[in-house]
Amino acid sequence: MRRILIESLFRCKLTEQPPLITDAEKAALVGHLDRAAQRRLGRSLAIREVDAGSCNGCELEIIALNNALYDLERFGLKIVASPRHADVLMVTGPVTRNMRDALSLTYEAMPAPKFVVAVGDCACTGGMFAQSPACVGTVGHVVPIDLRIPGCPPDPTTLLRGLISLMT
Amino acid sequence: MFVAIWAERDGDAGVVHLAGRRDGGAAAEVVSLVTSGLHFPSIGRHHPSAILMERAIQDLHGLIADGLPDPRPWLDHRSTYEFKPVIGAGVHQIPVGPVHAGTIEPGHFRFSVNGETIVRLETRLGYTHKGTLGLMRGKPINQAAQLAGRVSGDSTVAYAFAFVRAVEQALGVVVPPRTIVLRGIMAELERLANHFGDLGAICNDAGFPLINAHGAVLRERVLRLSAACFGHRLMMDRIVPGGVAVDLADGDTKALTTALPALLAQFERLVELYDKTASLQDRVVGTGRLDPAIARRLGCGGPVGRASGQDFDARRDISYLPYDILPIVVPCFTSGDVDARVRVRMVEIRQSVALILALLDTLPDGPLRTPLPDDASPRAGSATVEGFRGDIFAHVRVSDGHVAGSFLRDPSWFLWPALEVAIEGNIVADFPLCNKSFNAGYSGCDL
Repeated sequence: MRRILIESLFRCKLTEQPPLITDAEKAALVGHLDRAAQRRLGRSLAIREVDAGSCNGCELEIIALNNALYDLERFGLKIVASPRHADVLMVTGPVTRNMRDALSLTYEAMPAPKFVVAVGDCACTGGMFAQSPACVGTVGHVVPIDLRIPGCPPDPTTLLRGLISLMT
Repeated sequence: MFVAIWAERDGDAGVVHLAGRRDGGAAAEVVSLVTSGLHFPSIGRHHPSAILMERAIQDLHGLIADGLPDPRPWLDHRSTYEFKPVIGAGVHQIPVGPVHAGTIEPGHFRFSVNGETIVRLETRLGYTHKGTLGLMRGKPINQAAQLAGRVSGDSTVAYAFAFVRAVEQALGVVVPPRTIVLRGIMAELERLANHFGDLGAICNDAGFPLINAHGAVLRERVLRLSAACFGHRLMMDRIVPGGVAVDLADGDTKALTTALPALLAQFERLVELYDKTASLQDRVVGTGRLDPAIARRLGCGGPVGRASGQDFDARRDISYLPYDILPIVVPCFTSGDVDARVRVRMVEIRQSVALILALLDTLPDGPLRTPLPDDASPRAGSATVEGFRGDIFAHVRVSDGHVAGSFLRDPSWFLWPALEVAIEGNIVADFPLCNKSFNAGYSGCDL
């Protein structure tokens, strides 16, 4: 055995060069995997909610999404405790100066790709607080918005409609 | 009793307003003091419940409360916050927030713990400060009323109710009888929805989600009834200066009289479950005890105060319409624990249903609004309304159809300091449970 091992050490490597894969082949494989993953996993979004200075009206309706009548999780939508676990950042409020940093830190803590959903009139436009010197204005001033769900507050059905549209 | 302290600033001059109320049920009275230079004597030296409001005054107006025991900034977050030191072997800190694990409002909790035991909790708020009072200043009364209804969304009815009553008192407006009854119905529906939700959420934080699942459905039923009757689930902007914005149809009256007793029957099954579940009782009885003497010293109202011996309910003690219709039963316990805070809410749920049914029974016909007078002279008024978390005090100065200045005092100003005291000696794992049983608001006192 020793002789075979020593011979192997001094002999040329047997392992051949890797096969050539064209970029087109690679892209096709990646696309195939993506589609398969999408089919299996893409029906689910984890949502992290951040109140950036709302009056808490929007929070009440977001919480209501989890009650038995709306049952948010049957759609594959789940509200999670950490931004590290989230695909979607759901933001309410006119973004107070005191919440600005916390909002952008939460966004940065999320893995890409990520969506931002602005919930309620305040988050979409600043609402009644648009002119307040204590507020930044809209969520869009701090993080890029992908979907707006207006309302004061939007009711759970409106929220569901918006969130389901995000998955299709 | 200390009720509120707030201020106004005009150039180099400042005025500080102090509201207080005599024991035994009188309306709050307001005294005002012109500051000397920018200074005024601190009330917080004698009434610890005033300390947070005085810190807010310093931040908002640049006035200085002489002798304020804790002069750290409160609403102004520009500088680094110095938490109170905790010194001792094995003590370490757990910072939590402002972004929490759950879907709740933002605030920071700094726990100093020894092992599992909380040695000190400090709450730092102000994250939702959006300058609401500043925005109300100079606005037409109707617009200011909408802002008042967004001080704290869960209490939008109670806030609008308090604000418009203060305006109507200032202007000497008498609203039509139908309006008064409709306002009462909305206020009790709001209390009902919140208490159902809180009952479930408290049990959930004790690791008993079954009651939460049913409590959330009861809350949803009330919100849907509110939407059907008044056109908005939270009934925002339904109470307006001079009256109400929507009428109650006859069919809706019938829907309420049918649905509410049915909801109450479902609720009673949850009460039975709560009473008979030993593991749940084990978590709530004796947990997060707030001593009645401290509740009094800190001015706690609402279910938190009543669970700790504070026999006060603005509906009974600062009697206002329509609450002359029924004798208001005020549940009051002295055990001051999570269980007592749950039981206060349980009694109030039954009472709110009884009140709504009685109010519907007497609903008079008539107009929905009294026009506000075109009166240019400056006037002031105040009012207190019992919201679901305690008494809300509103003060307003109006002039020429506009708001010249106002203050809206949330019950939470007094609940946060009480929570800090109640949590001492409890374990970290019981904090969510204690916190939920207090259910203090953030936006309401961040203003």
